[in-house]
Amino acid sequence: MKRIYLDHSATTPVDPQVAELMMKYFVDYYGNPSSVHYYGREVRKALDEARTQVATLIGANPAEIAFTSGGTEADNLAIQGAAKAKLKKGNHLITSAIEHHAVLDTCKHLGKNGYELTILPVDEEGIISVDELKKAIRPETILVSIMHANNEVGSIQPIEEIGKITKQQDILFHVDAVQSLGKCSIDVKAMNIDLLTISSHKIYGPKGVGALYIRKGVRVSPLMFGGAQERKIRSGTENAPGIIGFGKACELAGQRMESERAHLTSLRDKLIDGIMSKIDNVKLNGPSGSKRLVNNVNVSINFIEGESLLLSLDMIGVAASSGSACTSGSLDPSHVLLAMGLSHEVAHGSLRLSLGMQNTDEDIDYVLEELPKIVDRLRAMSPLYTKTSC
Amino acid sequence: MYSDKVIDHFTNPRNVGEIEGANGVGQVGNAKCGDIMRISLVVEEDIIKDIKFKTFGCGAAVATSSMVTEMVKGKTLEEALKVTNSTVAEALGGLPETKLHCSNLAADAVHDAIKNYLEKTKV
Repeated sequence: MKRIYLDHSATTPVDPQVAELMMKYFVDYYGNPSSVHYYGREVRKALDEARTQVATLIGANPAEIAFTSGGTEADNLAIQGAAKAKLKKGNHLITSAIEHHAVLDTCKHLGKNGYELTILPVDEEGIISVDELKKAIRPETILVSIMHANNEVGSIQPIEEIGKITKQQDILFHVDAVQSLGKCSIDVKAMNIDLLTISSHKIYGPKGVGALYIRKGVRVSPLMFGGAQERKIRSGTENAPGIIGFGKACELAGQRMESERAHLTSLRDKLIDGIMSKIDNVKLNGPSGSKRLVNNVNVSINFIEGESLLLSLDMIGVAASSGSACTSGSLDPSHVLLAMGLSHEVAHGSLRLSLGMQNTDEDIDYVLEELPKIVDRLRAMSPLYTKTSC
Repeated sequence: MYSDKVIDHFTNPRNVGEIEGANGVGQVGNAKCGDIMRISLVVEEDIIKDIKFKTFGCGAAVATSSMVTEMVKGKTLEEALKVTNSTVAEALGGLPETKLHCSNLAADAVHDAIKNYLEKTKV
């Protein structure tokens, strides 16, 4: 069966060049980078190179990068670490309703443990209002955490504008850029970002590795104590093959960014236009055009439920995801879609198709040919659908 | 995560639709939680002669709806009332833990339709 992977926002395949490079650091150069001997030194050299590769992609200095076990750890380190380090100055945090749970739940946890939390709403396109943010700032505000691009609906947030405000008011600014890395250009200096979370496995690197950019001079309390690796910010023997793979993935992402943006944008718009014209009672979730992540398509298909749709797509070889409750392990559908004002039933029928490097025009043609048939079949089964409802 | 039987019933659901002139109709669930099941049936002389379902919901919701229609078709009302959500799940070779409480309502929908029939035919 032909198989088409359209779930790149969940994870990506490891680039063969990345995997090949990593292999050496499992098998040949297996030393602990903290060791003085040859085995250690060889790995240390490669780690230094990886740090430079990662820093280059986001406009940082290598010394401002702390490697972590992934995006979740980097988010936790940024928020918990900054909140703790800044407690003398204040205890108020600002975030948005559509953050990844690694940010939102960390902030909520702090909100129950001595910190004050403001959760900013979003508009119907999934974008926060800079005016609302300005209004939420208090003298005791110490941290603003807003994602660059949303993982579900691809909405790109006004990071530059926020960065100007937080800089002016001397408030730390954390950005979760897990979804935008390699797809949007990021310059932490120009954007006035103090803390930036990135992850390897969304950009054709290995799983289990990420990084936190920490602007020089910004203090973050560590979450873990031990061997003082990563300038004491993140103790624990470095995941050398992972970090080296992440470095290579960043280098490749930088080289490919321009061509990939064009490729993904063209596939994205073809897919969105096709779905909107071939299926009735369907709604695009999130913005269109330049405010939308280049590889994200998210639609709500009325009268059907997301998991049924995913199962049906999987049967014809198409891998996708949904904001339906049934796919989240909870009883509520996606918090992002609900924050954008969608009703529960429309949120249950959401479908996310996230594109990647290997997708082709033929893949999109196949989806546009098969998806309407699946929708017809599921709607014929649905008590909510009547032919007259369109 | 789903058994082969669940996938079979999801892919080739039995007795989909609505019966015109049904003498019992039942519905459970709501769109908010993501599952709605509607059962229509024809009862003659205490026996379920025909039954059809329409379901909005996940794979488990569709499969349990399809399975329950097979389990009660041709049965007496008393027998049908003995079919429960858990016997439907068992007949499908089990359901994932997370689905047992939210998407396993098909027997309730049948019971609701039977209740509707009994209320109509009282007097």
